[in-house]
Amino acid sequence: MATPFDFPNPIDIAWCPGCGNFGIIQALKKAVTELGLKRETLVLVSGIGQAAKTPHYVNASFFNGLHGRSLPAATAIKASNPLLTVIAESGDGCTYGEGGNHFLTAIRRNTDITNIVHNNMVYGLTKGQASPTSCRGFITPVQVAGVYLEPFNPVAVAIALKASFVARAFSGDVDRTAEIIKQAITHRGYALVDIFQPCVTFNKINTFKWYRDHTYYLDETYDPHDRDAAFKKSLESEKFPLGVLYISGETRTFEDNLTAYKTDPAPLYKRSLDKDALNRIMQSYKV
Amino acid sequence: MNLENRNDVSILLSGEAGQGLQTLERILLRLFALSGFHVFSYSEVMSRIRGGNNSTEIRISTEPVSSYVSRIDIFIPLGTGAMNRFHDRISGDTVIIGDHGNIDSSYHDGNHRVIVLPIRETAAAVGGALYANIITMGILAGIFNLDQSLVESVLRTSFTKSADDVKLKNQDASRRGLAMGVDLSQKGMINAPGRPSPGADEELLVNGAEAVGLGALAGGCNFISSYPMSPSTEVLVFFARHAEALGIIVEQAEDEICAVNMAIGSWYAGGRAMVTTSGGGFALMVEAISLAGALESPLVVHLGQRPGPATGLPTRTEQGDLLFALFSGHGEFPRAIFAPGSITECFHLSQRAFHMADKYQIPVIIMTDQYLIESYSSVPAFTVAPGMDENLIVVTGESYQRYAIMLNGVSPRGIPGHGKGIVCLDSDEHDEGGYITEDFTVRREMVDKRLRKFDFMEEDLLPPVLYGPDTYEILIVCWGSTLNCILEALAESDRPDVSILHFPQVYPLHPSAAALIGKARKKIIIENNATSQFSALVKMKTGIDFDRKILKYNGMPFMVEEIIDVINAV
Repeated sequence: MATPFDFPNPIDIAWCPGCGNFGIIQALKKAVTELGLKRETLVLVSGIGQAAKTPHYVNASFFNGLHGRSLPAATAIKASNPLLTVIAESGDGCTYGEGGNHFLTAIRRNTDITNIVHNNMVYGLTKGQASPTSCRGFITPVQVAGVYLEPFNPVAVAIALKASFVARAFSGDVDRTAEIIKQAITHRGYALVDIFQPCVTFNKINTFKWYRDHTYYLDETYDPHDRDAAFKKSLESEKFPLGVLYISGETRTFEDNLTAYKTDPAPLYKRSLDKDALNRIMQSYKV
Repeated sequence: MNLENRNDVSILLSGEAGQGLQTLERILLRLFALSGFHVFSYSEVMSRIRGGNNSTEIRISTEPVSSYVSRIDIFIPLGTGAMNRFHDRISGDTVIIGDHGNIDSSYHDGNHRVIVLPIRETAAAVGGALYANIITMGILAGIFNLDQSLVESVLRTSFTKSADDVKLKNQDASRRGLAMGVDLSQKGMINAPGRPSPGADEELLVNGAEAVGLGALAGGCNFISSYPMSPSTEVLVFFARHAEALGIIVEQAEDEICAVNMAIGSWYAGGRAMVTTSGGGFALMVEAISLAGALESPLVVHLGQRPGPATGLPTRTEQGDLLFALFSGHGEFPRAIFAPGSITECFHLSQRAFHMADKYQIPVIIMTDQYLIESYSSVPAFTVAPGMDENLIVVTGESYQRYAIMLNGVSPRGIPGHGKGIVCLDSDEHDEGGYITEDFTVRREMVDKRLRKFDFMEEDLLPPVLYGPDTYEILIVCWGSTLNCILEALAESDRPDVSILHFPQVYPLHPSAAALIGKARKKIIIENNATSQFSALVKMKTGIDFDRKILKYNGMPFMVEEIIDVINAV
C-alpha cells in the first residue's frame, strides 16, 4: 500500500533482508496513514541502533539523537509544541538499557507520546551482544557462557509504574500491529508499544517461528483496565500475551500539568516574550 | 571604635548551619539597601544542613561595592565556636560584639575591642533563642542610626507568613536590639558611617543566580530542564518561581543527561531552552554538547563552577572547569563561552547567550561559580537589550532542507509544524536534508560548513575590557568572577602603571586579545584555580606566556587584600 509517508524515489535501507524492522515500519506507516496524520506535524524521535534508523525511512520530520535519549527529546518536543504528534521509536537496548532511567521517568511523567520499542532481544548494530531483554543462557561473542542476567520485562515494569497505556505486538503481524499502534497514538498520555521482532542475522534463537510459537493474542473478554490482572498477564513467559495489556485511566498528561499552558494553549514558538511581565519580575527584585 | 570616616564597613556574622544566618543576611541586606547604602554579601557554608560553622560577610558602603574582603570591622559570633576559623582575619581594629559565652576568652587580652552584650538573655526574655538574630539586626541598625520605622517595616515584609505572636516578638526583639545599638553609639563605643548615597534604594538587590535567570528571561528563555546540583540549582529555583507569570516550562529531569537532551529537543520544536548545572552534572551532559554541535542546535548551558575533581567541595568556589568546558564534547564544532565578571554581566551575558546560540545554532556556555552565584549586591537596574529574545526560525517550504549549505555556515532553521516542509535532524553525519550519509565529500562539506561559523562569528565576539590607562606597563589578565575584587584592589593601590584586562567572553577569543596582552611589559594572570587554565588557552591561541600566575584554589574566592599584596609586590 502506498502512503503519504513513502518517499517519491527509492531509498537505501540499511536493514538486512528479512529483518523484523520491515514489518514494524509497514505497520507504522499504515497506522499514521489510516489515522490521517499530516506529514508536517508528525515527528519521529529515535536514539541509536538499527531500530533507531526507522525515522530515516519515513517521509516525515524526525529527530535522531543520541543512544538511549529518545524519550527526553520526545518529551520536550511534545511539551514545547503539543500540536505535534510525537512518536519515540528505538530498540530494546536504546530504550531499556542505555535509556532505562528515562524509560522509568517517561512513564511517570505521562507525556502524550507514543513509545514504540523494537524488541529483538539482541544488539544488532554492534553485532550480536546481549540486550536487556535477551533470554537467560543466550550465547553471544561477549556473553560467551550465556546471559546470566534476569531479562528485563518492560511491560511488567510499565504496569508496575501505572503507565497510562501498555501494549505488546509482533512484527510478523503487520495489520494487528498497525491497529495497536493506532490505539497507542490516539491514546492521550504515554503509550508503550513493545514490538517483538526477529533479528535474522544475530539472533538465531528468537526467530519468526519462535515468536509465533511463544505468543498469543488477548481476546475480547480481557479487560485492560484491571491492573492486577494486567500485571499477572505481563509476567507470563511460556507464551507472551499480545495486544493492549493495560490502560490506567489517568487523564492528566505532563503537558496538562505545565503552568505554561494553563491559560494559553499556543505552542512556545508562537509566543513572544511578555515584556511587561518581565518588567514586573525585575521590579520585584528592587531593594 | 570610629568607623564614621570609613566608606564601607565589613561585618562578619558567624554561626552554625540551621541558625538562620541566611535569613539574617537577607534582612540586613534589604534593611541597609533601603536605608540608602550599597550592599554586598558573600556566604561561605559547609556542605551540611545542621551544625558546623558558616559565615556571611556583609559590606555596607556609601559607594558601589561588590567584592569580598579579608578585613572584618565588626565580628558577631552567633554561637560558641563561631570564632575559631577567623583568628587570622580578626585584628586589633575589629569590633567583636556578642554574648560573653560566644566570644573566645583569648580576645579579652586588652589588645582587642570586645563589646559584650546580653543577646541570648534578651532573646530568652523575648520568647526564645531564635530571636537572637533579630536582636542582632536591631543592634546593627542602632549602630548605623537607622530609622526604627524602616526596621519595623522590613521585618513586617520579611515575615509575612509568620504567626501573629511571632511577628509581635520580632518587633519586640528588634526594638531591644536597636536600643542596645543606639546606646553603644551614644556612648561612643562604636560609630558607623552615616552618609547613604542618593538613589541607592532604587537599585536591584540580586545575587548572580537571579541575574543569570533575569538575563535568560530577557533572552526569551521559555524552557529549562535541569537536575539539582549546588551551586547551580538557584537558577532552576528562580525559573520555578516565575514560570507561571511568563509561561515558562520548568522541569526537574531525572538526570543531567535527560535535562540537556530535553533542552535540545525543545529548541528543535521551537522553544528557547537552557540547562543549569555544575561540574559533575556538566560531565554527564558532555555527549549532548557534542549532539548540539552535530545537529547545529542552539543550546544555552549555565555552568556554575565548584571545586572538583568529582564531588570536590560542593559548597565552595573555583574557576576550575574552563578547559573542560572548552573541550567538552567529542568531535570538532563551534561553540561560545561567556564568563561574567559581575552580577550585571551575569544579566547581559545570559541574555546575549540566547541570541548567540540562536544566531549561530551552536551551544553557548555561561560560566559562573559559587562565589558569583551566591553573592548578593545592590546594582543599578538592568537594561534589556533589544532583539535578544527573537526566535530566529523560518517558515519551511515543501522542499525545505535543514542543512542547506550556506556561505556563513548557518542554514535557515525550520521547526516541525511551522510550514509545509519536514525538519530532519540526525546525530550521524548527514546530508543537506538531514539524512544519514557516509559520503566523504558530503562529510567534508558539512564539517567545513559547521566550522565556517567561527569566521562569521567574529563580528559578534565580545572584546576583552581594559580597565585603567592604555599606557600600562603591567597588565593583570582575568576572566569571570574575579573582576570586581581585582578592580577594587587596583583602586586601593596607587599604581597608574597597572591596568586590568578582563575577558567576559573567553572563547572564541576576540582578535584584539593578542595585541592587548602582548604589549604589556609584565603580564600577570589571576585565576581561582590551580593550573591557570585561561593562560593555557591564551597561550594556545596567541602563543603568549605570562610572567606571573596568581592562583587560589582552597575553595574560597580571592579577597581584595590578597590582590593588593600582588599589585604592591610588582
